[in-house]
Amino acid sequence: MNRAVLVIAYLVLAPAIGGLMDGFDRIVSARMQRRRGPCLMQPFYDLRKLFSKQMLAVNNVQLLLNLSYLAFIVVAGAMLFGGMDILMCLFILSTADIFLVMAASSDSSPFANMGASREMVQMMAYEPLTLLVAVGFYLAAGSFHVADIVQAPVSAVVFMPGMLVGLMFTAAIKMRKSPFDLSTSHHAHQEMVKGITTEMSGATLAIMNIAEYYELVLIFGIFALFFVNSSWYSWPAAILLCLGIYFLEILWDNVSARLKWSQVLSSCWIVSLLTGGLNLLILMLIQ
Amino acid sequence: MYLIPVLIGLPVLLAVWMPFLREERVRGTVVYAGAGCIMAATVWLLVAWGTGGCQSTVFFTATKTVDHLMSLGDIFLMCLIVFMSVKYHRLAPALLSVAQTALLLYVEKTVPIAEKEHMMVDWLTVLMCVIIAFVGGFICIYTVGYMKGYHAHHKEYKDRQPFFFSMLFLFLAAMFGLVFSQSLIWMYFFWEITSVISFLMIGYTRTEEALENSFSALWMNLLGGLGFSVAIAALAVSQGSAQLSDVISSSSLLPLACLALAGLTKSAQMPFSTWLFGAMVAPTPSSALLHSATMVKAGVYLLIRIAPALQGNAVGLMVSCIGGFTFIMASMMAIAQNDGKKVLAFSTISNLGLIVACAGTGVKETVWGAIFLMIFHSVSKSMLFQAVGATENCLGSRDIEDMHGMLLRLPKLTYIMGIGIAGMYLAPFGMLISKWVALKAFVDSGNVLLVIFIAYGSATTMFYWTKWLAKLISQHHARTGVEDVTHRDEYLSMYVHSVIMLLLCLLLPLVATYVVDPIVAEMFGTSVAVLSMSVLATMAVMLASVLIVPTIMFFVSKAAKKQLVEIYMGGINRGDNRHFTDSFGEEKHLYLSNWYLRFEFGRRRLLKPSLVLSAVVLIIVFCMILGGAL
Repeated sequence: MNRAVLVIAYLVLAPAIGGLMDGFDRIVSARMQRRRGPCLMQPFYDLRKLFSKQMLAVNNVQLLLNLSYLAFIVVAGAMLFGGMDILMCLFILSTADIFLVMAASSDSSPFANMGASREMVQMMAYEPLTLLVAVGFYLAAGSFHVADIVQAPVSAVVFMPGMLVGLMFTAAIKMRKSPFDLSTSHHAHQEMVKGITTEMSGATLAIMNIAEYYELVLIFGIFALFFVNSSWYSWPAAILLCLGIYFLEILWDNVSARLKWSQVLSSCWIVSLLTGGLNLLILMLIQ
Repeated sequence: MYLIPVLIGLPVLLAVWMPFLREERVRGTVVYAGAGCIMAATVWLLVAWGTGGCQSTVFFTATKTVDHLMSLGDIFLMCLIVFMSVKYHRLAPALLSVAQTALLLYVEKTVPIAEKEHMMVDWLTVLMCVIIAFVGGFICIYTVGYMKGYHAHHKEYKDRQPFFFSMLFLFLAAMFGLVFSQSLIWMYFFWEITSVISFLMIGYTRTEEALENSFSALWMNLLGGLGFSVAIAALAVSQGSAQLSDVISSSSLLPLACLALAGLTKSAQMPFSTWLFGAMVAPTPSSALLHSATMVKAGVYLLIRIAPALQGNAVGLMVSCIGGFTFIMASMMAIAQNDGKKVLAFSTISNLGLIVACAGTGVKETVWGAIFLMIFHSVSKSMLFQAVGATENCLGSRDIEDMHGMLLRLPKLTYIMGIGIAGMYLAPFGMLISKWVALKAFVDSGNVLLVIFIAYGSATTMFYWTKWLAKLISQHHARTGVEDVTHRDEYLSMYVHSVIMLLLCLLLPLVATYVVDPIVAEMFGTSVAVLSMSVLATMAVMLASVLIVPTIMFFVSKAAKKQLVEIYMGGINRGDNRHFTDSFGEEKHLYLSNWYLRFEFGRRRLLKPSLVLSAVVLIIVFCMILGGAL
């Protein structure tokens, strides 16, 4: 019962929460750059405008693939909030991403194709750690099931602090934050136009944005999983800590410059190994 | 059981008959009929064995005459190898062949080996038979059409089709023999036949490159054969037996390690991987049949058979580490390949690595995963090879770069290829489930290294498949169309494969319960519920999403009124999405290429270190076993 409520809440509220977080991000980023920035509701105004635009498309499949991207992310998120298997959830999340890559490369456009290729490299960069994190939860809580993980007497972060650090590092890729915003970026993007979203416009782009909001909430769901335990006060604490992590990601976004793909790949892989791999080794030894 | 000689004998008869069928049409009919008979016989075996209560049964205890015939066969194979080696001035294959055959004959002569049952039918055997008969049979049918196109396309090679078909059928016979064998001496005989056939088929075109690669395949497989015969000798001396089951029950590591070596060479694990991608010079059906769907599975089959004995000892650790290492290194090297068949070869090596890692860990869950992987890999890889072969006959190239926008040019082949690729890595298809199971089992068995290998390896695996898939579905209208010259025979085989693939995905819980669980139960005594109810629920969610989501989205996007516009090219689009005017006012042609990351992931950079590393591991473990440290 409880789970059904959570899933429905995710399905309904995630775009709103994601949009608000995006608005928050824009304001905080603007203040960091000594600008005023837009109002908190700006992402929603943007979405409304995108949906009102004329439907222009470069081919017949892009909308289909974008919608599939959205649908798979929603399924992955629903699995997480429904307390199901976290490893499967992550597998579906990467399947969803593959649909985005295909949507971008379906148009044979040079900039979108570059973006799609870079997106693939980014996926390759963050994927190892996400799997290691799932394994970490399994070792810490004895189950891959989110429902069991949240019932643990002690927060998972106690067993896997390294993985948390690693996830904070690689999650910047998922949030399309500098220094890892290779495939597309929230900021003006010189060398690649708009990368993966170059050929998306109007409703197609809006769908992609909504999918990203769902994804953002999903990622913070995983972050929250590090903190929650069987006691009730761990939940508000987890939300606060997630906001703190989000602030750190925004800060990092604003103070760092974009890296080259090979640096992204090698840094993510090395950090994953040092944080995730070592943490895993220790977890297995103390088991 | 009269069906065993039928299953082995029927393909042999067909193989002998093939050279006398000069007429192409007649030969095609005979191939169809032969493949059909083999499949029918397998179904018969399945039914007969199923109605008999699915018991594992043993056969053929006293077989003096057949034993002698097999010894003669071993000597014949040795002579053939020596002859070919002398003819082409190669030393290693001849030496290896003579050494192993002599050792085997000497042991048979001098050491008393208890006469026990030579063949066995059990769950795993039946599963292998079904794979061999159906995947192999349809590949034979595919070959009928493919070889016509191949020789129309490659006029420079001599048409030796009768020989090719002979080899295909002979190979099927050897595979059947191999999976039925319970006596290692018999198994060794069939093992050697597959090595030699592989050698002959790689050299089909008789070019310099083909010759070179065929000999490299030969000596590596013969090294495995030597391991096999040493294993037999060691077992005969210590236990007075040559039964596969005695390898598992005995505690001595030497025969186990030698058999593991044979399994590793046959399944092209590091450091023996080079022969498999060299083997890609052969015509596609032989790549599909020998080098992905069945022959390399013989190595894996052997490892799965001895898996219960591998748990928790140095040999098992070695096998699983080499497998895991191969999984990640081969998947990294696959990124740098643009030749479709090479990508398939590396992906085969990589997936076999995962299976080997599972088998080497040797606990119930991993063996479960290994068998599961084996089923899915056979079907989808065979299908992919066929699709690439047919594409090559149409496009005149198997370069993935040339497959840009293939969805619009060769839609049917693209769908087949797409299903194959999706089956290899996407949720919720079988490979992914197996990966999930394997990951869990590796964690439970406490092998950190394997967990890390699998985490990184799946990332690289995803990269090379995704970029291929993205290339295929690109909506690019090429200047010139291509004609689909794929024959009906080829489509028949590929359609059947895709239907099997989809059915396997849909009926996954049934496959798990009625095929894989009994095999594991038989090997370990007790079954294990790997797929729990919650996982099945998850699967249902995923399956529904895969089937329903794109369908709904298809109609939604169809309903959306949209205006098609040109793409943005950085210059002025000339209106065809292929040409643009640049800032100098010149017209340029747009060419889009995938990323291959050659410098980072190329064979030149990664191959040698990984070969050396894995060879060192292998040598160290062998030295430790021979030195008595273990």
